[in-house]
Amino acid sequence: MKYLEESIKKLGNEAKRIVEEIMQGKNPKFLIPVRTLSNVYFDKKTFSLRLGNKKAEREFFNLKEAKKFLQTVLVLSFAYQLLKENVHASLREAFYAMKRTLPNSNENTFDEQDESDSVIIDLEVTLDLLREQMHLNADTRGRVVGNVIIEDRGDVVDWSKLGSGGWAIPSNVEAIEFKKVDAEFILVIEKNAAWERLHEDKFWQKHNCILLTTQGQAPRGARRLIQRLNQEFNLPVYVFTDSDPYGWYIYSVIKYGSINLAHISDRLGTKDAKFIGLTMTDIDEYKLKNWTIKAKDVDIKRAMELKEYEWFKKKEWQKEIDKFLERKYKAELESLAGRGLKFVTENYLPEKIKNEDFLD
Amino acid sequence: MRGAAALGFASGELKKPGGRRFKSGPGDYLLFFQNNYMLLDISEKIKEISISEFFEKNRHLLGYENPSKAFYTVVKELVDNSIDACLEARILPEIYVKVKKVDEDRIRVRVEDNGPGISPKKLPIAFGKFLVGSKFHKLKQSIGSQGIGAKGAILYSQLTTNKPAKIWSATINSKEIHYFELMIDVLKNEPLILKHEVKENKDWHGTIVELEFEGRYTSKVDEYLELIWLVNPYVKLIYEKDGEKKVYERVTNNLPQLPKEIKPHPYGIEIGILKRLILQTKSKTLIEFLTNEFSRIGKDTAKKIIRLSKIYEEIEISDKSVEEYLKEKFKENFEKIIKIAENVELNKKLNELSNEEKISLEVAIASIKNPKELKNEEIEKLFKAMQKVKIRAPPTDCLSPIDEKYLIQAIKKIFKAEAYSVVTRKPSVYRGFPFQVQAAIVYGLKEFKGDEEIQNVKILRFANHTPLLYNLYDCAITKAIMQINWNSYGISQSGNLPNEPIVIIVDFLSVWIPFKSEGKQAIAEYPEIIKEIKLALQEAARKIYRYILKKRKYELLKEKRNIFERYIPEVAKELSKVTNEKEEILLKKLKEIADKKVPELFKIEKEIKS
Repeated sequence: MKYLEESIKKLGNEAKRIVEEIMQGKNPKFLIPVRTLSNVYFDKKTFSLRLGNKKAEREFFNLKEAKKFLQTVLVLSFAYQLLKENVHASLREAFYAMKRTLPNSNENTFDEQDESDSVIIDLEVTLDLLREQMHLNADTRGRVVGNVIIEDRGDVVDWSKLGSGGWAIPSNVEAIEFKKVDAEFILVIEKNAAWERLHEDKFWQKHNCILLTTQGQAPRGARRLIQRLNQEFNLPVYVFTDSDPYGWYIYSVIKYGSINLAHISDRLGTKDAKFIGLTMTDIDEYKLKNWTIKAKDVDIKRAMELKEYEWFKKKEWQKEIDKFLERKYKAELESLAGRGLKFVTENYLPEKIKNEDFLD
Repeated sequence: MRGAAALGFASGELKKPGGRRFKSGPGDYLLFFQNNYMLLDISEKIKEISISEFFEKNRHLLGYENPSKAFYTVVKELVDNSIDACLEARILPEIYVKVKKVDEDRIRVRVEDNGPGISPKKLPIAFGKFLVGSKFHKLKQSIGSQGIGAKGAILYSQLTTNKPAKIWSATINSKEIHYFELMIDVLKNEPLILKHEVKENKDWHGTIVELEFEGRYTSKVDEYLELIWLVNPYVKLIYEKDGEKKVYERVTNNLPQLPKEIKPHPYGIEIGILKRLILQTKSKTLIEFLTNEFSRIGKDTAKKIIRLSKIYEEIEISDKSVEEYLKEKFKENFEKIIKIAENVELNKKLNELSNEEKISLEVAIASIKNPKELKNEEIEKLFKAMQKVKIRAPPTDCLSPIDEKYLIQAIKKIFKAEAYSVVTRKPSVYRGFPFQVQAAIVYGLKEFKGDEEIQNVKILRFANHTPLLYNLYDCAITKAIMQINWNSYGISQSGNLPNEPIVIIVDFLSVWIPFKSEGKQAIAEYPEIIKEIKLALQEAARKIYRYILKKRKYELLKEKRNIFERYIPEVAKELSKVTNEKEEILLKKLKEIADKKVPELFKIEKEIKS
């Protein structure tokens, strides 16, 4: 439990620093790295998104920042107590634990969970301390199935024997120990429904792989699990999403990290991940045109943003985005069902994997 | 200047009316009531008219068109008179107004003042005879409107109730109080004394007028009394309405300066006035007439006017000397002419005179003409020349604004508000009449009774320290207010008017108020007047804006301070949990920093309260 002591020390030192500033009669402030696109760059060496050096001052005696300063202090104190007592809290719990109405006013410390979530990440970046290391866990999301046996908090879990639901991926997978991993690759699926289809068809047995669904944008736990399986067992990672800008971004977050969490890309990104589909070419090849959906204005706008991101500058991706912008339609994973329910299991995926027909 | 325009009469002259009916020659018929005049009819027919007939026909012009307006007019005429009388006698006015509803449609009004009183000889005439004559209105700032005044009120009372006016009066140091009951014999235009009693007097002086008339209560009377006190706060005013008393104590014992009467300025007259003045003048020569009857015309200016008017005649050129010619032709006036002509050498022959000398002589000859002998065309030429010649602006010491200090004190008594600003502009001139604008803005009213006509802003208009309560939208003051961009002074605006609980006060002072109609409730919109009112209001608004800015800054700082005060205990508590530093110490330290960070707060708080 070395990290525990280290976390306590980091939080305590930061509080001491603030107290010292107060004792010196200074305007106390946090220095918080900026977490917007303007301070994020793509590191071509490591193939990951990185945080730049820009930092913002968060002063207490500044009308615009006072509230955020107070919130930061609240999070710092809350995390400190969690660690001291060695208990964990979900982000939602943390929000409720810190939310209260200030005396003689109708002002709350926090109004929405978004606010506390955001301040937690601020502190994580500032102190270079993972949220999980502060015992703050994200809500559990993502499921997995495959020929894998693990040990989690003393329990041995066999992912192949958990029925139709599979194993729910916790937000913190640091302490998980892999007992047995028998798989040739990991298939990461954006949507739960598609994952269930493949599970029901025993795709993971037939093709000896791990099936993992992120249930939308990949949560930290799932990303870290993918990274660990990739790094520790050399498993290739194939990402299977809708053919639209949101699907592409889910893939890029798994591969390179996200803008919001650029400070921990190292711990979450899997640079070997490949995009298996759906691609615009798939729509032609597998005759899915009939099941496409007209792109909305927001889709077009988002696609144009992605086109400008450094990590989408590869030729094949530029072509993919251009095609989308030209055709102005998108396709969901489920559209493959248009060709028959088992088409995805028996035709599409095996062919794509066999031909190594990926976008990188 | 509708009235002044009416003064012109093309031919004939105004006869002094003898007897009970006024008759005048053909042309425009003019009836002069005291200081004022009324145009009765423009027709070629000879017309006879009695005062009562005139009154009946012109009730609407005189302020008696309906019972509530009549109530207002009666009170106003009597109170205006009382204040003016006290002011002229340099007495600090104490005025006691008592009104009582005696019947459904009947009101009794009693106005008492502590003025100089009127001697028993003059009293019946002063209240019971319409002075019909040629006396031109005075150019003087006075509270009383130059209307038919108290006599109109007495006439209205007797026309509606057939009751006499009751009047008590005692002059200063007199041992007697004279009591009169009088009516006006409308056919003879004579006072009709029904009763005259003499009572013993100790040390009272003043006048009491009591009238009963057909009238209806209106809040305009309450408003009028409050407002006339507001701009004349040296008056002690007691207002008793059906037994309920309200006392307005004076805020100062200093009387304002007595405004001076001035002569008309050439730029402010119309041809009709010029003709009238010629008719009335006692001056024997044109040059005397010009220099005596007008302000700012000296000898040189008078000569310039005559020269420019070209009303002089050419001299017959011969080889006579100037002296010979003048002596022969003008005899005893010879010296006068020489004196006026100045540079002309007496022994020079007429045919040797330069053109300039010749004209100079001709102008001098014209200067000694009797003005009454001027022909109509000559008067017109003279008038045009008077408008063209450059003449200095009229003197402005004839105006008497209220001391700002006292005005503010009075305003504060009536309106409880956050901020007050008063501006007194320098005198200015419109069409030859000096005028001056005083303006005040009351900001952030604590209690607000909205104006009947306007929702949020209260506009109080005054002319010569007397309130204007009707024709709000027809007045130069309102027009000026509507031309100001109030938003730029931090005062919100809807349409053209401010939309905040504020009071705008404008007092327009002049020797001649250009009322738009005989109702005398709205000022005409001369550009010079609008401009001055705007400048006054803008200056007042700027002062208010400075206050608003300070207040905004203060509120921002206060909010800042409040925020910190809310957050500091939380921050102290949480930090002490993590660091073991004592909460109280952190609390104290943070408060110290807060005080240091928001120091302006206290400074601004002080400034705002002053």
